[in-house]
Amino acid sequence: MPYALCFLLFMIGLYCAVVKKNMVKIVIGIVVMEYAVNLFLIMLGYRAGGIAPIIDKSHLEVGTEQITAGFINSSVDPLPQALVLTAIVISLGSLALMISICIRIYDKYGTFDITTIRRLRG
Amino acid sequence: MSIPLPVFIAVPLVTAFILPVFGKKGKAVATVIANLATISLLVLAIASVGRSEVYEIGKWSIPLGINLVLDGLSSLLLLAISIVSSAAMLFSARYMERYTAKAKYLSLFMLMVVGMNGVVLSGDIFNLFVFLEIASLASYALVGFGCEHEELEASFKYMVLGSIGSIFVLFAVALVYGNTGSLNMAYISKAIQASGLNPGLTFALGLFIAGFGLKAALVPFHAWLPDAHPSAPAPISAMLSGILIKTLGVYALTRVLFNVFGVSVQMGWLLIAMALLSMIAGAFLAIGQWDFKRLLAYSSISQVGYVILGIGLGALIIARGGNSAWASLAILGGLFHLVNHAVYKALLFLSSGSVEMSTGTRQLKRMGGLAERMPVTRTTCTIASAAIVGIPPFSGFWSKLILVWAAIQAQFYWIAAIIVFVSLCTLIMYLKVQRYVFLGELPESLRQIKEYRGSMLVAMGFLACLCVLMGLLVLVPDLKHTILDPAVDVLVDGLGYSARIINM
Repeated sequence: MPYALCFLLFMIGLYCAVVKKNMVKIVIGIVVMEYAVNLFLIMLGYRAGGIAPIIDKSHLEVGTEQITAGFINSSVDPLPQALVLTAIVISLGSLALMISICIRIYDKYGTFDITTIRRLRG
Repeated sequence: MSIPLPVFIAVPLVTAFILPVFGKKGKAVATVIANLATISLLVLAIASVGRSEVYEIGKWSIPLGINLVLDGLSSLLLLAISIVSSAAMLFSARYMERYTAKAKYLSLFMLMVVGMNGVVLSGDIFNLFVFLEIASLASYALVGFGCEHEELEASFKYMVLGSIGSIFVLFAVALVYGNTGSLNMAYISKAIQASGLNPGLTFALGLFIAGFGLKAALVPFHAWLPDAHPSAPAPISAMLSGILIKTLGVYALTRVLFNVFGVSVQMGWLLIAMALLSMIAGAFLAIGQWDFKRLLAYSSISQVGYVILGIGLGALIIARGGNSAWASLAILGGLFHLVNHAVYKALLFLSSGSVEMSTGTRQLKRMGGLAERMPVTRTTCTIASAAIVGIPPFSGFWSKLILVWAAIQAQFYWIAAIIVFVSLCTLIMYLKVQRYVFLGELPESLRQIKEYRGSMLVAMGFLACLCVLMGLLVLVPDLKHTILDPAVDVLVDGLGYSARIINM
């Protein structure tokens, strides 16, 4: 169910990016898509009642120094979180560039409507 | 001497962040440094031909750490990237003088090279996405570098479609991680071989094809290319058409399809269908263009179709269990055409830049008779046109010949016929260029123009020599064995990739 909602969010973002005529709304659509994918990544690593994947002494078995099964079964997967951090930084960079191009276009054309910004054809 | 693989990423990355320090006054120094960087990358790429190795970053063994993989296909692409980028950089030295903020331009250029080198070397699928985004972001900014109406509009269009493509790729990476529990391509491939494709992975495969197809401008996804490539400054057009669409699109797609997911009959047909559509639609649309660079951009769509056609034909033959000799022949044709197209399309865009710089226009109807005013540009442009049309002994002829031969051997006579037909369309398109730009009557307004000399001509001459000599890559057996064959083997080997990387 959460996955379906996440996919719905992705489709809403895609719809917004493809259908809307206002440049800022297109940018918002793309950002919504990015967030949906980030959310999906986080859900991959989520575990109900999970613990932080940091090993301390209480997670090592006395004597053998092996990691306990309880830790493996309850810790969340840290990798998707690292991926999401990277993805957020990248999307921040592309968002900044997109918005600055929008501002420059507004300076030149005086509008955000992509149907009137059409010097290029074919 | 063995060079550690991260050097290919570190050299341009460090250069990219040194360059903006020079600002306006140190433009000349910045140009020299940037040129040195691209030329040293070319030397490194030549030195690493024939090597095959895995580098584990920070000594974390795979699958825990990130690895860089250099194999035949990667070194072929590295070679192509460094040839085109050093020529384009040399050309920029003079061409970019009329823009402000040259140091920033050079810095973005180097970042694009970082991204492309990273994509071809990465053995980790998330890392591939990160480098893909670095190269894409730099290219969005470079397309809009002129900051005029058309450039900004093209940049925005490119950026929206490019971002959607990148998000598709990220979504696919997430799905693959969720289904296989690994991000390393070799281990993903191992997991897929063990368990087969489930619906999640099939969906991920579709997303990969859509995402990389958007980057490669295959026909249903091509809308951004004819706007973005002509709007960029000429050396950047050469980079984008010459190598960026191939690295981010074709290379990434083939790597994922052949080495990670494994080929299937449907996938082969899908690739062939997209390739044929691209070839035909690109060629027809190009013939109708009156803007010099726009014509070249449409022709790029058509030419990428050839590359994908060769690879798709190979995939189909492998998946059907056909004769692997014909599969390797088809893939050889595709990859050889990739390298050829990188060189001659870069040369054509540089020639168009030279013409544009001298005449101040890109409209074919306003030019004419430039043959006497710009003899060198005329020669290079004619050589590149002959190569792209496929006139022997220029490079394009050999790759098209191999493609036609492979199609006939695999008994797809209609595909061979389409290849020849599209070549005829290409001939019409470049006769049009010759007729309107270089022949005919010189308009009154262009009587006084002169050709720019110096580094621009050196860059164009370098690429023109390559256009003439590239045929040797298939004709001389030694060159073929060291450069092209290892790249073909990587693809024909297919899923053997995973075992090879894990055991290395």
